[in-house]
Amino acid sequence: MDKVLFGDNQFFAVNHSSDEKSRAQAIQFKDDAAIIRVLDQAIDTGINTFMCTTHDRIANICNHMRANPARYADFNIFPCMPYAHKYANAVTELGIAGTIKQYVPGNVFSTFAKGGVAFLNKDFIKLMKLLIDAEMKMFNGINTPVVFIQNVLVDMILGLKMYDVFQEYDAYIRKKYNAEPGYITMNMPALLDALNGIGIENPIICSSINKIGFRMSGGIELYEKYLNEKQFRPIAMQVLAAGALRPKEAIEYLGRFPQIESVLFGASSKSHIQETKDLIEGYLKQGKTDEPVVVR
Amino acid sequence: MGLSHAAIVGAHPQVELVAVCDTSSLVLNAFKKFSQIRTYSDYTKMLDGENLNFVIVATPTRFHYPIVKYALEKGIHTFCEKPFSLKVQEGNELVEIARQKKLVNQVGYHNHFIGTFRELKRLLQNGILGELTHFSGEAYGPVVTREKGATWRSKPEEGGGCLYDYASHVLNLIQEIVGRPTQLNGLLLKNFYSNGVEDAVYALLTLEGGTSGVLSVNWSDETYRKMSTSVTVHGKRGKIICDATELKIYLKEPSLQERLDKGWTIKYITDLAIPVDYYLRGEEYSAQIDYFIDCIVNNNPSQHNTFEQGLYTDKIIEMFIDNAKNNIAHG
Repeated sequence: MDKVLFGDNQFFAVNHSSDEKSRAQAIQFKDDAAIIRVLDQAIDTGINTFMCTTHDRIANICNHMRANPARYADFNIFPCMPYAHKYANAVTELGIAGTIKQYVPGNVFSTFAKGGVAFLNKDFIKLMKLLIDAEMKMFNGINTPVVFIQNVLVDMILGLKMYDVFQEYDAYIRKKYNAEPGYITMNMPALLDALNGIGIENPIICSSINKIGFRMSGGIELYEKYLNEKQFRPIAMQVLAAGALRPKEAIEYLGRFPQIESVLFGASSKSHIQETKDLIEGYLKQGKTDEPVVVR
Repeated sequence: MGLSHAAIVGAHPQVELVAVCDTSSLVLNAFKKFSQIRTYSDYTKMLDGENLNFVIVATPTRFHYPIVKYALEKGIHTFCEKPFSLKVQEGNELVEIARQKKLVNQVGYHNHFIGTFRELKRLLQNGILGELTHFSGEAYGPVVTREKGATWRSKPEEGGGCLYDYASHVLNLIQEIVGRPTQLNGLLLKNFYSNGVEDAVYALLTLEGGTSGVLSVNWSDETYRKMSTSVTVHGKRGKIICDATELKIYLKEPSLQERLDKGWTIKYITDLAIPVDYYLRGEEYSAQIDYFIDCIVNNNPSQHNTFEQGLYTDKIIEMFIDNAKNNIAHG
């Protein structure tokens, strides 16, 4: 994985520090062209990976990339699925069966040739695979060497202790997409224990890692212990702690943990992108860079 | 049942999640296939058959009364989702049973477990703004943004509508942070897209002690990505604007006691969040259940979000509904 991963929260008005900033972002990135412009600025600074949710608008960005293969041929996207709000809103309105009907392409209830819903009831893994395929469709023809499940789902499965679901997900992403499965979580130590417990070793885990312990559930000491002692491939996110930290002190802190492989960050202007990228590359010198990148 | 609640309880180190009850066979089958947790589709069988310390009731609101009553009568500590009850008389009965049986009881008004709102309450209790002159409580979000088919959320008799859903959160915040509303001075219940229920609630309220203010709630505003709740309080010495991410304090004179400057000071959730050991969708959801469990383990009566507090919000809602009916009756 690259040391620097460019995120997409700023494009979709996800701001953990202020509703006003969030509205300003929604205005700035009203048009897909504005997203593409900032993405291109990131690419011009040498960033080569975009980590993004499976938001409807990402499909438009993917179309743009496919239409301009010369510019984006070597560019990687790390998809993060599902875009939770889409499903949460749908479940509230349509119920679980209605949501499945809406989001699985074609008629899911005829996909399960016999028995419809009754069959679906017994084959969750088949359903999971169909939903993954539906989410992955927009990335057809684009390099997606790592595919993530979003924290809302990871952490729910973790809390419910339905660890077999991780195993099925892990195997499917490797087999069908020839990609590395990744996990986003707000509960890194507990997740790593759970994954190790079912035989998933050295997983890619993206979690909040910052100097003030913001969104580091279980506490900063436990996180630091795991970063120092356990075997996994950490990606640091929320490194600025929703704006509470200055970039330099934030990234300097990450430099204390040589195991951190990548840092995920988002920014809306070229100068911020350049500044943060330089800091990451400066402080994460010891990071591993020789991981094989699988391109499908 | 609530899947999020189950996950939070499942992750709690002091608790064993032993059983869930739901009417969806899809949900129950997932539990059967992937977990050891026992499943029920009839809550009486679960509450009769299992030896439970506590239960969390996260059903459509109209089922709260029979389920909570059944649990309390069996001596089970109970956490109930909001709003608490649809009929004040029924809510009163539940408050009374919980009191008599000395059971820990809590309603899921999770905003009180967000650090910024906690801090607002503390600052107001310390009189930072002096005499209060006005408040506004607001919530906006994208629940119903076009006309569509009916669910229980579109049936007022089942607890649907923006008043029971979004507005109950804001009323409860005002009630606990600024003061209990005692008088409704004007009300507009508007529907834009929904059939049979309101999509927005606008009201003028007077609180005990005489402070008055505005409630403005709209669940059909798609300019918000998710529900956004805020409370603004004006006083003779300044003003505070508070939401889930920050607290903007304006003081006409500095406060030495609080170490706050004259003019604006911003406090952020990063410094105020309640730490949790397990996070799902927000610290507040875990923090409220951690608190409920602490009260049971330590045998303490709960102070935050008791049935009685939840019932007071139901009373305000009933006042709103009566007012709306009278307006219709009087043309």
